[in-house]
Amino acid sequence: MENQTIISAQGVNFWYGDYHALRDISLDMEAHTVTAFIGPSGCGKSTFLRLLNRMNDLVDGARLEGRILIEGEDIYARGVMVDELRKRVGMVFQKPNPFPKTIFENIAYGLRVNGVRDKAFIESRVEESLKGAALWGEVKDKLKKPAFELSGGQQQRLCIARALAVQPSILLMDEPASALDPISTSKIEELIYELKTEYTIVIVTHNMQQAARVSDRTAFFYLGELIEYDETKKIFLNPEKAQTQNYITGRFG
Amino acid sequence: MKQTEIEIKALKSRLADMWSLVEQQVRKSFEAVTAFDQDLAHEIISREKSVNAQELVVDHHCENFIALFNPVAVDLRFVLSLLKINNNLERIGDFAESIALFVAHNQTKAIAPELAKQLQLKRMFDTVLKMMEQARTALAKEDSRLASRVLGLDDVVDLIHRDAVPVLAAYITAHPDETVEVMGIHNVVRRVERMGDRLSNIAEDVVFYVDAKELRHTAYTQLPKEEKN
Ligand SMILES: Nc1ncnc2c1ncn2[C@@H]1O[C@H](COP(=O)(O)OP(=O)(O)O)[C@@H](O)[C@H]1O
Ligand SMILES: [Mg+2]
Repeated sequence: MENQTIISAQGVNFWYGDYHALRDISLDMEAHTVTAFIGPSGCGKSTFLRLLNRMNDLVDGARLEGRILIEGEDIYARGVMVDELRKRVGMVFQKPNPFPKTIFENIAYGLRVNGVRDKAFIESRVEESLKGAALWGEVKDKLKKPAFELSGGQQQRLCIARALAVQPSILLMDEPASALDPISTSKIEELIYELKTEYTIVIVTHNMQQAARVSDRTAFFYLGELIEYDETKKIFLNPEKAQTQNYITGRFG
Repeated sequence: MKQTEIEIKALKSRLADMWSLVEQQVRKSFEAVTAFDQDLAHEIISREKSVNAQELVVDHHCENFIALFNPVAVDLRFVLSLLKINNNLERIGDFAESIALFVAHNQTKAIAPELAKQLQLKRMFDTVLKMMEQARTALAKEDSRLASRVLGLDDVVDLIHRDAVPVLAAYITAHPDETVEVMGIHNVVRRVERMGDRLSNIAEDVVFYVDAKELRHTAYTQLPKEEKN
């Protein structure tokens, strides 16, 4: 497997108005790995994740310094098309947020928005994406049913399928399992293992054991700073920093 | 105090109980064989059951701690080393028991003073007890330097053990009628040497817990010089 940096943050600082939310963050992530972001609420995990596909662009008074390169390209450089970027960098949120449409349409929609008209192509891509999200078997006979009839865990996998449909190389997940029961959670975790062969995954999670189970590398954030970033095995057996140790062992504060 | 810390404290105190039990067994086994005290030997033999029971208690609590608390980092290293230390202590208890069995069933008289002297038995026993003491303090104080000194003491024990063979051979030549008894004494010396090995393992477990450094299978000679005495 290639050891190729696919995401590179270099000296990133970020403000919401006067609030300095991220402080001098630099880290590289390799292709086909899972990176977990952990840290107490409000430490900037989601903010950093959202910077990776420019989801913070529309926030009033937001300001970014530093560079974020994806596949070698500065995604905040002039002339970068945000829609194109988001095709390469998909996102899945904490609460499953399917469109109020059929299961089929939830996935087809994104393709149509991107100008795909070929019916046969759309059908095959829908099937592929649902298979990719390990949902096909459960929904293949009810593609015309409303997405809201699915369970929470199925809806979340539908959202993953929707993200996969436009064939991104990177998948960002912000607490994708925190609203799910243990069985649905373990399905999402299984899926992450499988997706890793084709995608690069960045996941924010509050569940320490989940970070330990699914990720190759773990980044610990605290008060807007990146305190420690290392192999997950290292972080969970022998972290370098006392703050990391205190956090993951529950001795914080 | 956080619940995890309360549990860790409780685990430490259960291991301390185990440690005291085993230390007493070892101390008594040395006394029994030195003084040819068969009553004491029988006491050790009947105590062995409590050692085994205490091992299970510690094991059981470690398992619960892992299952319920999902320990990570220093807590994970702690509980992993504790499991190994506990197991090593139990083995040391076994060695004390087999020394006691020799005294109770096969020894017929006190070890001849000149033989005991040539075998450096007292020095060997004292060194093992010192290792036991140092390893215990190293764990309590989370002192990996002290733990690595235990490894140095084990070298002393190994040398005494190695030197015992020619001494015993010479003694048998001089006292052929005591051959069986002397072979029993050789077994005692071997058990004591094995205690030293187990104490070295324990010291390595302490180092792993404190420093996350894996000493196992690295030659002792690779340790920094100052740690070798
Ligand atoms: N849109 C926003 N406007 C102003 N402040 C925000 C906004 N989003 C997040 N913040 C603040 O930035 C900090 C980091 O938030 P966030 O990245 O969501 O943390 P995390 O995901 O680690 O819980 C918090 O103090 C939060 O209140
Ligand atoms: Mg968040």
